[in-house]
Amino acid sequence: MVSLFIPCLVDQIYPEIGIDMAKCLDYFGYQIVYDRQQTCCGQPAFNAGHRDEARKVATKFIDVFKSSDVIVCPSGSCTAMVKNYYPLLFSDHSLLDTVQELGTKVFEFSEFLISENLVQKIQGSYSGKVGFHNSCHSQRELGIDLEPQKILQKIDDLELIQPQGESVCCGFGGLFSFKFDEISAAMARTRLEMFTSLGVDTIVTNDPGCLMHMRQESIARHYELKLLHLTELLAQALKL
Amino acid sequence: MSEFTRFINQSRLFSRDEEHRLKILKAISTYDDKVDQMKISQFRDWQQARGYASKIKQYVLDHLPTLLEEFEEKISARGAEVLWARDKKEAQKYFLDIAKRHQAKRVVKSKSMTTEEIEFNELCEDNDIDVIESDLGELIVQLAGEKPYHIVTPAMHKSKAEIGHLFQESLGAPETDDAEELTMIAREHLRKTYVTSDIGVTGANFIVAHEGALVMTENEGNGRLTMSCPPVHIAIVGIEKVLPRLSDLSLFLPLLATSGTGQQVTGYNSIIKGPRQEGELDGPEKMYIILLDNGRSELYTKHEFRDILCCIRCGACLNACPVYRTIGGHTYHTPYQGPVGSVITPQFRGMNHWSHLSFASSLCAACSSVCPVHIDIHQLLLENRWEAHQEGKTGFSWNTGLKIWSWVMSSRGRLNTMSTLGHIVYRWFLPFLSRSKRKRIPKIPKRSFEKLWNDYEQQI
Repeated sequence: MVSLFIPCLVDQIYPEIGIDMAKCLDYFGYQIVYDRQQTCCGQPAFNAGHRDEARKVATKFIDVFKSSDVIVCPSGSCTAMVKNYYPLLFSDHSLLDTVQELGTKVFEFSEFLISENLVQKIQGSYSGKVGFHNSCHSQRELGIDLEPQKILQKIDDLELIQPQGESVCCGFGGLFSFKFDEISAAMARTRLEMFTSLGVDTIVTNDPGCLMHMRQESIARHYELKLLHLTELLAQALKL
Repeated sequence: MSEFTRFINQSRLFSRDEEHRLKILKAISTYDDKVDQMKISQFRDWQQARGYASKIKQYVLDHLPTLLEEFEEKISARGAEVLWARDKKEAQKYFLDIAKRHQAKRVVKSKSMTTEEIEFNELCEDNDIDVIESDLGELIVQLAGEKPYHIVTPAMHKSKAEIGHLFQESLGAPETDDAEELTMIAREHLRKTYVTSDIGVTGANFIVAHEGALVMTENEGNGRLTMSCPPVHIAIVGIEKVLPRLSDLSLFLPLLATSGTGQQVTGYNSIIKGPRQEGELDGPEKMYIILLDNGRSELYTKHEFRDILCCIRCGACLNACPVYRTIGGHTYHTPYQGPVGSVITPQFRGMNHWSHLSFASSLCAACSSVCPVHIDIHQLLLENRWEAHQEGKTGFSWNTGLKIWSWVMSSRGRLNTMSTLGHIVYRWFLPFLSRSKRKRIPKIPKRSFEKLWNDYEQQI
């Protein structure tokens, strides 16, 4: 039984990412539960330094998910919030044990597919020159490195083209992109150009935040690029 | 103008400056290549080296007071005088006293961030003391009337052609954009000053407690001349720069050179154990070491911030930072820029005017992943934000906004109501926005995932 952890951004702006994730998990034979009481992990307030507000929202999250077996999330950033920062947020709190246990049960989508050895079961095709943008929190907070690329490599007709080296931030950073909008937008252009200079036509990412930020910058600046979430691309490839 | 407004204005200018962006990216990508190569060729296991360095620095923090006293005792025994400066003012006073005692009119100075911290050049100007920068990068920014752009490479933002032009204008040199010729011009200009200066001022990369030594690493040899030619040498050093033993340098010198400039070791590495001793032919007659606190002790007492005192000022976090790469060093308006500057500046100078630096980060953690002594820099930015909020420095609109947000987000019913309302507002207001603004806002669907789930659930 897999519980869906639907980030607020997916819930309110990109519901199709959540639906596609559910379709993929269904394709791989998992029973899915979705608790409609869930809202958000609390990261926006936490990152803004408002820890009391973050704790309030996180308490709601813990309440929803505390009895789940396995939790899967289409965002490395939200997963990292629960895994790495809940213990800090609840360090002097009676919920600390619950939070630490919760952290062991939550997985980012690509991380989950790899840990469950599901890549072999992928049979599908997508034609395009695809570049993968690993979200910073997925890469550096969760240590997810080549997992998403392994999934993409299994898809027929898909040409994977990667810029050299570690992933570079797209500039989103949540509230950072409002407070420092121009820095954030310039960072997105830098990141997008790392892909366009290699002839990439589709950028795939594992985070709805990065996706939104790069997609809007790409639209505003007329880049000829398609931006997709990993779950969207996989659902398309598997024809779900 | 407030520091925050200044920061916003500057960062906007630089975010739009395509030429600046490409220049910095090019400089940093050359650096990246060298560092990547050096990490592999010089270290059997870079990660393990980082871990070991971090352990040594943690040991230093655990024993900081005794190590500093040991350093003082050992180096004083060889004739150096150690002065403890609580803050910028005290450090400035010590310097002026020494300058007066030795009737100094001219000072030559090598690259040192602590001197930036205490505004040394301004102090000299106010007291009619000539100060000449002997580091090539520092000389360039001094001649241009600017501040260092980067803690390791102060003139990173200047092209060779710009430097050539600057030398032509301020030193009367023939115009050139050849690196070697430019270095020769600077050398000729500087050589005279080493012997005509009354005092040589330097910083230090490390101070060693057990052997009582000062360690300087550099690539031009100017630091060595600065401290050895004039009759008086003053070193201004942050109290966190201690290493326990000389043997620790076998790790820290290559570590610093790799992270700082992608070198195996820097061209010149000097270990100085005091002024000229009896029977020696060269070296300064007097040596003073000003140990600068300037807020470090206070950081030391804050458990969650103590780690930042492990910093060896290699500049790797600046180079890795996508914000620094976009807005450049001058936008920070502080001696220490980039991620490390954004952690320590609000701590040293107060949240009141500087907390914005901790918020000007996407928290991508590139800084933490390159730090050679394993400081979780991005987590310290989060700690700063929390401290800023506790001190009431996060502003009314953010405070209220996030209070309402957390109230909405702690109930599904309230979120659904807000979602419906939000969608109506979005539909109604979108036509009033300019085309470019509209493009920046994602299409907000009528039905959230929670609503769509009803349909989907029936399919499976």
